Amino acid sequence: MRKITFTKYSALLIILSVMLFVQNARGENEFPVRPEPPMLVNDFAGLLSADQKASLENKLVGFYQRTSTQIAIVTIKTLSGYDKADFAIKLSEQWGIGQKGKNNGILILVKPKMANERGEVFVAVGYGLEAVVPDAVARQALLGAELIPAFKQNDYFTGLDRSTDVLISLTAGEFTADQYVKSVHKRKSGPGGFLVIMIVLAIIFMFQRRRNAYGISSGQGFLGTLLLMDLLGGGRSNGSWNDFSGGGSSGGDSFGGFGGGSFGGGGAGGSW
Amino acid sequence: MKRTGLIVLIVIVVLLFWGFQWGVSTGNQMVTMDEGVAASWSQVENVYQRRSDLIPNLVNTVKGYADFEKSTLTAVIEARAKATQVTVDPTKLTPASMQQFQEAQGGLSSALGRLMVVMEKYPDLKANEGFLNLQAQLEGTENRITVERQKFNEVARSYNTYIRQFPQLIIASMRNFEKKAYFEAEKGADKAPKVQF
Repeated sequence: MRKITFTKYSALLIILSVMLFVQNARGENEFPVRPEPPMLVNDFAGLLSADQKASLENKLVGFYQRTSTQIAIVTIKTLSGYDKADFAIKLSEQWGIGQKGKNNGILILVKPKMANERGEVFVAVGYGLEAVVPDAVARQALLGAELIPAFKQNDYFTGLDRSTDVLISLTAGEFTADQYVKSVHKRKSGPGGFLVIMIVLAIIFMFQRRRNAYGISSGQGFLGTLLLMDLLGGGRSNGSWNDFSGGGSSGGDSFGGFGGGSFGGGGAGGSW
Repeated sequence: MKRTGLIVLIVIVVLLFWGFQWGVSTGNQMVTMDEGVAASWSQVENVYQRRSDLIPNLVNTVKGYADFEKSTLTAVIEARAKATQVTVDPTKLTPASMQQFQEAQGGLSSALGRLMVVMEKYPDLKANEGFLNLQAQLEGTENRITVERQKFNEVARSYNTYIRQFPQLIIASMRNFEKKAYFEAEKGADKAPKVQF
């Protein structure tokens, strides 16, 4: 009889604990997945030669190592029905270009001109760089002067190479490559949790003392401890660990991963 | 028998306190999420404000072109005045207030859209550097509005999901946490504006 009660209660406890900590899964999407190993130049549309790709990648990785600012390039054959701005911003957010907290990421998205479709390009600027790369600058200096004229000549490399030079000079002073301090989410321990633990301890202590009078075997004490442990454990696992920045430090030319930067719609786009 | 009673008692007491603790932390979680919704709402208002701030400049730039259609310009000014009047208390994001806000801002969006279409007829204006800058800023602001609206909807959705799920809904109804309204796609927003020559 007693055993059944215990089983019931502990089962209930376990179920409730599980219910508490189940998190909502994120929706699926049709965007290209983050490259593995991480790359800043992602030529999905095949517009660049291997040498050109390597030269851009080296330049951007070098800049990233000096300043922690991430300038990424993505070329893609189709925007899957999205507006170019929408696509670029969503993709940047998803990959987390730039550092979390600094939001110093930039994405140059290129959809090449094809037989019956216009070419489209969008430069998405992270929150943290909107001041140094304002929309008007993005539009005139990058799109108007560098990207679109070169793209019209089908010279994708020159456009990307020159525009990244402009971006590098614009953003160079904004951030330095100081060690990015991870924001460890402190566990929120409300007074409620502490109070409950104290009260439960007091009760258990009381029973512990009275137990001798009733001559209860030590089995229940163990159960009490178990319940208490569950309680303590339950309070502890509240923090959310949502940090992409731990990206593994792979050697070679790989740059260590995107940092979880956020985008607010800054930048400009055009077509040709 | 006494032992059983005692054990049942201790289990009940532990459960009660566990429930209390859970209630407190759930309530606090809701406060945090509620604040998150309010914060992203203020971001939404920021970007709309940004657009509103651009309009006087735009109007001044365009006014210089004497033959410019006055009615289109007046429509923009009026729509802006209307839109700035409608503010929403972030603690009361009800469908009604949300709809009001959206209608006012949507009115400004369409007035601006018409203005931009009319401007295509003025090559002088399109060559004006100041105007081009304003146009880039306006476009950027429209993008920001889209982004912040989406972010708001996401935050509001996770808040709504949280407070309406069992067992959190018990705490939500005890502490009067209410569902937040979403931004709806604007009527006719899926249709491209008509250009007539």
